[in-house]
Amino acid sequence: MATASTEIRVTPEITAEHGVTREEYARIQQILGRAPNITELGIFSVMWSEHCSYKSSKVHLKRLPTRGKLVVQGPGENAGVVDIGDGLVAAFKIESHNHPSYVEPFQGATTGVGGILRDIFTMGARPIAVLDSLRFGELTPSKYTSEADAAKNRRILDGVVRGVGSYGNCFGVPTVGGEVGFEPCYAQNPLVNALALGIAKKEEIFLAKAKGIGNPVIYVGAKTGRDGIHGASLLASAEFTEESKQKRPNVQVGDPFMEKLLLEACLEAMQTGAVVAIQDMGAAGLTCSTMEMASRGGTGIEIDLAKVPQRETGMTPYEIMLSESQERMLLVAEKGREHEVLAVFKKWGLDAVVVGRVTEGGIARINNNGRVAAEIPAHPLAEEGPVYHRPIAAPAPKMETEKDWFAFAPEGTNLTANFVKLLASPAIASKRWITEQYDTSVRTNTLAGPGASDAAVVRIKDPKTGAVKRALALSTDGNCRWCQLNPRMGAMHAVAEAARNVACSGARPIAATNCLNFGSPEKPEVMWQFSETIDGLAEACTVLGTPITGGNVSFYNETLGKSIYPTPVIGVLGILEDASRVLKIAFRNEGDVILLLDGAGPIDTATVGARYIVPSADTSRREFSSSEYAKTIAGIVAGEPPVIELTAEKRLQDCLVTLAAESAVQSAHDISDGGLAVTLAESCFASVVAGLQTGSFSLGASVQFDDLSPAESVLFNERGARAVVSASPSKLARVLEIARQYHVAARELGKVIREGSFRIQHKGRAVIDSPIETLRDAWANSLERTLTAK
Amino acid sequence: MKFGVVVFPGSNCDHDAFYAIGNVLQKPVEFIWHQSEDLANCDAVILPGGFSYGDYLRTGAIARFSPVMKSIEKFAKSGGMVLGICNGFQILCEAGLLPGAMMRNSGLRFICRHVHIRVEQTDTPFTNAAQKGQILKIPIAHSDGNYNCDETTLADLDKNRQVIFRYTTPDGSDDNAGNPNGAVHNIAGVCNRERNVAGLMPHPERAVELALGSADGLVIFRSMVEALVGAAKATA
Repeated sequence: MATASTEIRVTPEITAEHGVTREEYARIQQILGRAPNITELGIFSVMWSEHCSYKSSKVHLKRLPTRGKLVVQGPGENAGVVDIGDGLVAAFKIESHNHPSYVEPFQGATTGVGGILRDIFTMGARPIAVLDSLRFGELTPSKYTSEADAAKNRRILDGVVRGVGSYGNCFGVPTVGGEVGFEPCYAQNPLVNALALGIAKKEEIFLAKAKGIGNPVIYVGAKTGRDGIHGASLLASAEFTEESKQKRPNVQVGDPFMEKLLLEACLEAMQTGAVVAIQDMGAAGLTCSTMEMASRGGTGIEIDLAKVPQRETGMTPYEIMLSESQERMLLVAEKGREHEVLAVFKKWGLDAVVVGRVTEGGIARINNNGRVAAEIPAHPLAEEGPVYHRPIAAPAPKMETEKDWFAFAPEGTNLTANFVKLLASPAIASKRWITEQYDTSVRTNTLAGPGASDAAVVRIKDPKTGAVKRALALSTDGNCRWCQLNPRMGAMHAVAEAARNVACSGARPIAATNCLNFGSPEKPEVMWQFSETIDGLAEACTVLGTPITGGNVSFYNETLGKSIYPTPVIGVLGILEDASRVLKIAFRNEGDVILLLDGAGPIDTATVGARYIVPSADTSRREFSSSEYAKTIAGIVAGEPPVIELTAEKRLQDCLVTLAAESAVQSAHDISDGGLAVTLAESCFASVVAGLQTGSFSLGASVQFDDLSPAESVLFNERGARAVVSASPSKLARVLEIARQYHVAARELGKVIREGSFRIQHKGRAVIDSPIETLRDAWANSLERTLTAK
Repeated sequence: MKFGVVVFPGSNCDHDAFYAIGNVLQKPVEFIWHQSEDLANCDAVILPGGFSYGDYLRTGAIARFSPVMKSIEKFAKSGGMVLGICNGFQILCEAGLLPGAMMRNSGLRFICRHVHIRVEQTDTPFTNAAQKGQILKIPIAHSDGNYNCDETTLADLDKNRQVIFRYTTPDGSDDNAGNPNGAVHNIAGVCNRERNVAGLMPHPERAVELALGSADGLVIFRSMVEALVGAAKATA
């Protein structure tokens, strides 16, 4: 059928259309010793695309710390793997699916979730949790966003949320956390980053290395169609233009039911002991899976495309090799035992076909109806692709003056109205409307779902006995505004916040995964942002003891030449030794003491615990201008992120883990977006959400500050290394002792109160005083009101 | 005494039901594969939640034709205890073992959250350990839980006291306000006229330990255990 006679001739135009440069083409000729045919050109173009080859990021990624005593598998496999004790390991990774989600929000998001789930169970791990980090354009009109664009942003959000939910819900994995952010720069380039976590026995981890000459190569799962061809190379590795909507056929279509079957069948097949290696077909489909398995195993591979199950007729070798049809896997079985593997897939009603075998000599040979369609040395293709040292240029220094910065309100100003506005802003407001569309409780492991604790917490059931001992905590974070203002510091804050969130749940941070979303690497300023980000991540991950075990890089997040903010999203995994000691954010009892823990605070052993004045909390106007409050109240995005002191972060986190292990505190909630006032209010709101009270009222808080800094600075600055905890009066002394032991300043702010009010005094004057219900209504319902408005 | 949990392709709460019975209640339990016509001498069968056969066509519509359902129909007709949870409830309706049908949630969205349901009848093997009027806090997780039926059926349900759970508020004061999906008469769960087959949309197997936010679902499984113990005594 469609073979040599109808084959497209490789011309310079065709090569350019494939995004292959002249230098890259020369390198292809050198590897092959001849010119490539169209199928081979297609294979090279996807394998050497930015998305698959990391050609622009590789030289920088090397600077990330990837080792640690708990790291079993670092970057380079389908997912990172860490030891979580008792012979168990956790596999986890975060990945982007940004471009497809703009072109087709629902399918883009579903296949993003599907892809990351496959990465996890390909390792032999059963997925137990998903988190999603999402960024959209503004949902309401502003000076940057027209009414029509706001409506479009809301539609994109709706499609993405439905997509994320539909896949995870059907597959049967709880979507337990993540975050959602809004900035004008994401209007035409939303971010959809999905993180999945799985559990396996340490000795049952599978790798994607073809081994054993003569072993059969088996194709399993969905049939191959023409969908998603060039998803990786054309969609994910190029910026958007006016014509991008025409790329809709490049978006894959997900089927979570098929994936659920594939999960069960793969895990069961692995138990037979007859599976040697396995790799999912994600980006670049059959191309990537065959080439990478052979390359990693140091073998060759030979497959016959005529045997590949196809859902359409007349597909060319080019199309079959480049299809990104979802829910497919390639595995290598032990020769002579293939029937055991095939039987398992038959039981689950899935296609499973021997399509080839592992060969000697390192050549990947793709046959089609008896003709050779492509013949490529696998290792040079997979490992010797182009590596670029792209030019880097720092942008011109910002010329800001005092006028650009936030001006604090005069002393004594009542800030209640501003506070209500802040609580209702999409960044701060409750995301319940979104998270309720996700199944958060399937698998009955969710100890803390969205909003209950600073991190999502899932317990670990022993795969055989169901016994529970430990739990895992996960948080994803990334303040993109800070990364835009200062990429290096923004990246450090992202790691610090994710790790702090994990520690606030009581878990010890042990490892990290990263999803690096940037503009075009061909722009020197973007590469500068990227390089700075890597340095920031490296430093923070080293100090906080969370090596990077995997992740992905997503470049070309731009539309019509305009880049998104540099957006590293960091997922930190932590381990909670005793699953029964999860710390949540909710205040628990009237009369409990509210304490501010500050890893960077002044330590005076004589006054710790006493109420004292922090020397002019150094939240200058410049720093405050980068806060959520400055943006929401004054429309200011300027200045610099708060100074970060990583050792202070580390002290605070160690302190929190010990407080949780001793059950010394009743609640813990970190200070981040919106500052201390928001932290306090959320701990009150959660006292109802968490169902701790039988009625419908929530606990309140009454706190006092005597700080010399302006009230707005005290209440809304977003400096790190801080958390609010509550403790019963009988445990107070012990809490202060633990804090002192870790050199963390502990400062009594006030008390949890029963009547439903929320009061903050500054220098003896009430600056916020409101019924808790007024605040709660703004926080709990504003997002839903915005999104369901007609 | 032995429980069976049916596994359809696409079931995803099968492990949770298994865990609730086996680990929390510590009663014998095993999985039953959808292609099996042998119920392995189970005394009670649970059809778990999930998306059987992808819920293509209509929720539960394909699952009802699977081989295991033939045996379950026979088992139910002979008085065997069958509980359908969420997708299991949808399958039982499709199979005609329970009256009524499910429509899309009135808000046209998937909803996952804790809801409150009132135990309306206690003379069933699924509620005998509960108090009449007791309010249970149990999570829902579905897109299609909007229970509906015609007027005649509704009258029959009332007359025969077949509505065993109704949505309500935490204090039981306002059923309409507690209804998350638009179900007619706030119906969260029903049983058949013989009272040996029941279905409910909320997931009691997800509310079996306080660490998960509620242990209120246990009373349903405890009721089943007590009913089986009672039945065993009666035949002994």
